Amino acid sequence: MTDLPLTGRARPDRTPHSLAEWRALGGYDAVERAFTIPPAQVLDAVDAAALNGRGGAGFPAARKWRFMPAPETSPGPRYLIVNGDEMEPGAFKDRFLLEALPHQVIEGALIAAHATHATEIIVLIRDDYRAAIAGLTRAIAEAQAAGYLNAMTMRVHPSAGRYIVGEETALIAALEGGRAMPRKRPPFPAQSGLWGRPTTVNNVETISLIPHILANGAQWFRALSHTEEGGTKLYGVSGRVRAPGLFEAAMGTTARELIDRAGGVSGSGRLLCFQPGGGASAFLGPEHLDVPMDFGHMAKAGAMLGTGTLIVLDDTACPVEVTARHMAFYARESCGWCVPCREGLPWAARILRALEDGSAQPEDLAALRDIAAEASPRGRSFCDLMGGAMAPLASLLARFPDLIDAHLHRGCPLKGAG
Amino acid sequence: MTLPPVLQAQLRDLVAHEGNPRAAMLESLRLVQAAEGWVSDDRIPQIAAELGVTPAELDATASFYSLIFRRPVGRTVILLCDGASCGLNGADAIRDALMSRLGIGYGQTTPDGRFTLINSACVGGCDRAPAAVIGPDRTLVGPLTADTLNAVLEEAP
Repeated sequence: MTDLPLTGRARPDRTPHSLAEWRALGGYDAVERAFTIPPAQVLDAVDAAALNGRGGAGFPAARKWRFMPAPETSPGPRYLIVNGDEMEPGAFKDRFLLEALPHQVIEGALIAAHATHATEIIVLIRDDYRAAIAGLTRAIAEAQAAGYLNAMTMRVHPSAGRYIVGEETALIAALEGGRAMPRKRPPFPAQSGLWGRPTTVNNVETISLIPHILANGAQWFRALSHTEEGGTKLYGVSGRVRAPGLFEAAMGTTARELIDRAGGVSGSGRLLCFQPGGGASAFLGPEHLDVPMDFGHMAKAGAMLGTGTLIVLDDTACPVEVTARHMAFYARESCGWCVPCREGLPWAARILRALEDGSAQPEDLAALRDIAAEASPRGRSFCDLMGGAMAPLASLLARFPDLIDAHLHRGCPLKGAG
Repeated sequence: MTLPPVLQAQLRDLVAHEGNPRAAMLESLRLVQAAEGWVSDDRIPQIAAELGVTPAELDATASFYSLIFRRPVGRTVILLCDGASCGLNGADAIRDALMSRLGIGYGQTTPDGRFTLINSACVGGCDRAPAAVIGPDRTLVGPLTADTLNAVLEEAP
């Protein structure tokens, strides 16, 4: 047992283990054990461990699994999809888990498939993660040759770009070969997913935690955490810090501690604000440095844990500029289906850029506020891309009104300061 | 130009393996791109015929994914990250240096066919910002400085 279950066995240079090396470290013990336990009991163990999905939304993993219909009521193929389409600005954690620990992903997927009665496992990985695609493909072949897959089919599906593929219904559309357009929910994937069949989609980190729950028990898993949400979290810290990196730590570790572990704030050394969970999370300030970073506490603070990968700004960095980058990104990656997203995001990006350049007029600012007000509520678009994109914009407008006003007519007052 | 026999055989294998021809669409485009560097308009009906889907269906997929290239690209594709963490660590200076050295903007290819420059985010290298992914293996490079940038460019084929 270790307090770093996720990353404790990883090599610093990320070279993945061969099957023999992984076995020597206790690999596949949890799988062998899980296969002797009825699926319902595996599910109960994960439930008792209070594991919240690590893809961003933090939905309880066991509850998601329980949405899958009983196999008797829906005979035929059922799918477990592992989402490795990591593309959230600021996120670089799944890359590490896929590159350095492919057998851990396979173990977790096999156990999750057992619990949900899945007949096939598909791991979708973004095209840029070529080392991960190659390493996991090799590891699956090894596991299959050694008999660990039993009758299960498991394969890697390399994607080909576009952030929206990471949205679970868009991901399903991508696996069906078409344009990755999000689908209306309900029906949820558990009822009608890939090819209309029961489907569960789990993030790479969620899946990677599963074997440890089976190996060490739910109580142990909960005890790893500082809060009610179980386990460790693979946090990331980047932006204006001296030593950016990934840090596995107790769920509920504070931003203060994580920024310290990343060498402290760089630039001026004074923290202006941070995004706790990647590009689509609201800006928090120094007053939030001691809030436990789990899903519940971050939501209460007005942000979200999201991917748990912090983007840090010192007080010489401009949050208008950072938000302009985010808006340009989400505008580019919108699938274009819903009008507020297709039209609103490019306008937001343009206005923010105009503020930076000094060409923005007061009426532009009113339009920016309009976009944030109209596009933020849920239900204005099929998926959460636009709502997520609005989080940094709305919090920018609320948190930095004076700084934004200072941009009018003369452009960014911080330009060149960083 | 018709599909080379090798590609034709690979596509047939792919369809046989996938079972559902639609599910094979993206992978078929990846195969053709791996062999030819990009997917030309002429190839769309040819690949569609091998798969047994309509050219329109295949084109819908081909035009959606940003890393299926529909114009010729250089031998080395540079996907330069313009995300927040890279922006906070000098990505704009690297962009300017790259553009002036290569004499091209985003989406363009050098006249000698060596480099194509594309902006991308996030490349999952925030701990190595400013970062880029480069070449056929999509190698992550960073943190980029004027010196490391030169080394990377000189090593490229």
